[in-house]
Amino acid sequence: METAKKTGMTIGSRDELKAYAAKVRAEMAAQKKRVLVCTGPGCLANGAEKILDAFRSHSIEAVGATRTGCHGFCEVGPLVRIEPDDVVYVRVKPEDVAEIVEETLRKGKVVERLVYRDPDTGRTYPKESDIPFYASQTKVALSNCGAINPDDIGEYIARDGYQALARAVLDLSPDEAIEEVLESGLRGRGGGGFPTGRKWMFARQAKGDQKYVVCNADEGDPGAFMDRCIMEGDPHSVLEGLAIAASAIGADRGYIYVRAEYPLAVARMKNAVKQAKECGLLGANIFGSDFSFDVTIKEGAGAFVCGEETALLASIEGKRGMPRPRPPFPANEGLFGKPTIINNVETLATVPAIIRRGPAWFRAIGAESSPGTKTFAVTGQVANTGLVEVPMGATLRDVVFKIGGGVIGGKKFKAAQIGGPSGGCLPEELLDTPLDYDSLKKAGAMVGSGGLVILDEGTCMVEVARFFMHFTQRESCGKCVPCREGTKRMLEIMEKIVAGRATLEDLDTLEQIAWVVKESSLCALGKTAPNPVLTTLKYFRDEYLAHIVDKKCPAGVCTAFKSYVIHPELCKGCGKCRRTCPAEAITGETKHPHVIDAAKCLKCGACVEACAFGAISLE
Amino acid sequence: MTPVEVAQRKFERVNEIIEEHGREQSALIPILQEVQAEYRYLPEEILTYIATAMGLSVATVFGVATFYAQFSLEPKGKYVVRVCDGTACHVRHSMPVYNAIRSKLGLKDGKYTTPDMMFTVETVACLGACGVAPAMVINGEVYGKMTPEAACMIIDTLLNRDGDN
Ligand SMILES: Cc1cc2nc3c(=O)[nH]c(=O)nc-3n(C[C@H](O)[C@H](O)[C@H](O)COP(=O)(O)O)c2cc1C
Ligand code: FES
Repeated sequence: METAKKTGMTIGSRDELKAYAAKVRAEMAAQKKRVLVCTGPGCLANGAEKILDAFRSHSIEAVGATRTGCHGFCEVGPLVRIEPDDVVYVRVKPEDVAEIVEETLRKGKVVERLVYRDPDTGRTYPKESDIPFYASQTKVALSNCGAINPDDIGEYIARDGYQALARAVLDLSPDEAIEEVLESGLRGRGGGGFPTGRKWMFARQAKGDQKYVVCNADEGDPGAFMDRCIMEGDPHSVLEGLAIAASAIGADRGYIYVRAEYPLAVARMKNAVKQAKECGLLGANIFGSDFSFDVTIKEGAGAFVCGEETALLASIEGKRGMPRPRPPFPANEGLFGKPTIINNVETLATVPAIIRRGPAWFRAIGAESSPGTKTFAVTGQVANTGLVEVPMGATLRDVVFKIGGGVIGGKKFKAAQIGGPSGGCLPEELLDTPLDYDSLKKAGAMVGSGGLVILDEGTCMVEVARFFMHFTQRESCGKCVPCREGTKRMLEIMEKIVAGRATLEDLDTLEQIAWVVKESSLCALGKTAPNPVLTTLKYFRDEYLAHIVDKKCPAGVCTAFKSYVIHPELCKGCGKCRRTCPAEAITGETKHPHVIDAAKCLKCGACVEACAFGAISLE
Repeated sequence: MTPVEVAQRKFERVNEIIEEHGREQSALIPILQEVQAEYRYLPEEILTYIATAMGLSVATVFGVATFYAQFSLEPKGKYVVRVCDGTACHVRHSMPVYNAIRSKLGLKDGKYTTPDMMFTVETVACLGACGVAPAMVINGEVYGKMTPEAACMIIDTLLNRDGDN
């Protein structure tokens, strides 16, 4: 059931591209069924490769089994989809493969027990497109993700891959290509939402014979994994987008800066570059034109700030990844001092579809001020964890409840943290906020990369804000004072609050510093670092007050407000806890229940571990 | 081999790596990455050597080596356990997993590597496996939906595996 992978051909013209696409399509059509095993990050960690091996150990005529990128519905992975039937199996184990082969592949029957069942209604959904999780999504950037073998350029070409590049290079002048991207209204998906066409225009107009294009694949926002999935599931769409950008601004060299934590994405992108070079879709005189383009993959080394564009460029140059003031903007003075554009993975992966289908098609999707679609990584206390793509302007409620299936375990929704460490926490009242750049900005949050972490009633919002402060403080590069010192002081105050040691004066100081950091930091890391604190202060102020004034954590999370107690009915009086306690806070006679002196207790928890009878707990 | 020969061997390999990448400053990070892959950390004398060989100041090389979280100037254990404490994992209770592993391996404040150099335990901010939060990675292998108990069982398996050799 192996699919052939060697291309062994060169594509020097549009006709050759089309002929090759037709050939691969015919080969794929000859397979009566295709088994698509999701090897996205979640399914991979759950043993997807073993499932693929199991399928490949059976040989059935006219059936191909292949690994694909993320199908999106990580919650119920590992996922296996059978085409053309569109049947999807969830939580598949290697032991299930024989039955799938026998029933579905040989007899064409559905294996009912492996089909997705809605936990609320009990309804089963054999077809992927009927499952509520998928039904209200619109896929553009993710359209190939989960549908093709990412290691096979042929499958990408069979789905109209590289035709947009052919059009950009052969039919359009650079200005016309830029005009189309401008008209589409595409805005950067890396966080800022800057109009992509405008950025390209600046770089096109900049003087210089050497220009560069850079793909920002640093994806530092914890809780976001869309860029990883695009690179692992559809690497050629990123390459094609980058090549179109290069031809539009007149660059002949590109870099893709991938985060160190994504070794598989690095491998897939490297393989994609190699295949594209072998076919002549990268290199000299692409499609016989005078456009030449080469790409280098650069690996990051673990610094969140390197996602900031000027820091990223410094890192490619082999320096410490510190941002610098702008202007000059990279479009004028970027990599090695030359005009450079930096675009996000998802932005670039969207470009080929725009050039192929036209700006009007793209504008028709999404919101007026933010056309197109956006991917979101839906995680946290949500029933359906996964990767989704919706038209911009879909409401938070749609994503959390319709697609995400609501909060897990029947608990109440409390907040959605959107946009990562630079974003904010939106409460229940704002569930009808449209997910677009401007609406989210108004609410004090931002689209960011599209990380969407759902928090339930059991979450302490003050602790969440402290968590983000801790993150940004650690990642602050230290170059400018407001960010370096301000985040540190803010973190100290946050730690005081969750420890129950803060006063109302501290709260005022916190707010003051927050505004100073926001207004005077050098780069957007500092400028946005206070957002989690400011939004929680805005929407959940009573929780701060409860910690400070009432010395209580309403969600019952912060340990400072809890104490360890020994349950007398369970305590056997063995004395182990008494001997273990480093603070000598436990007293009691042997064979009699012991007690903890709350005033002396350090809350280290050593006694809980020492107790063999489970008689000690934190309440 | 005499100590001098060992040292020469060491620098030979570093030389090869530098030759492969060239002496431009833009090659510095890839060179450090490859050297670290070779030695599991960046020994100080090698950093000084790289600086001289590339014509960079020692300060520049140390500056880069200490700026990025990926680089370590101290040796790490045979197994590097990285528990994700990114947002998605944090809210699905990654810290109890981290603490359980640390206490299992007897790591106390300020210590991240066991004295026998078998385990280094760290946190990491997001592995991109948020779909199966909380996640952890041990020498490149990702484990999802962790609990303190499951994580300790995995550590046990590794301990036993090495005990058998
Ligand atoms: C601290 C910080 C981290 C960032 N991280 C990323 C990132 O991981 N990925 C990304 O695409 N953009 C990131 N950005 C935004 C980039 O600076 C830049 O705006 C973006 O890559 C431009 O691409 P776009 O216009 O296609 O969005 C970050 C910005 C800041 C200030
Ligand atoms: S937050 Fe842990 S893998 Fe993303």
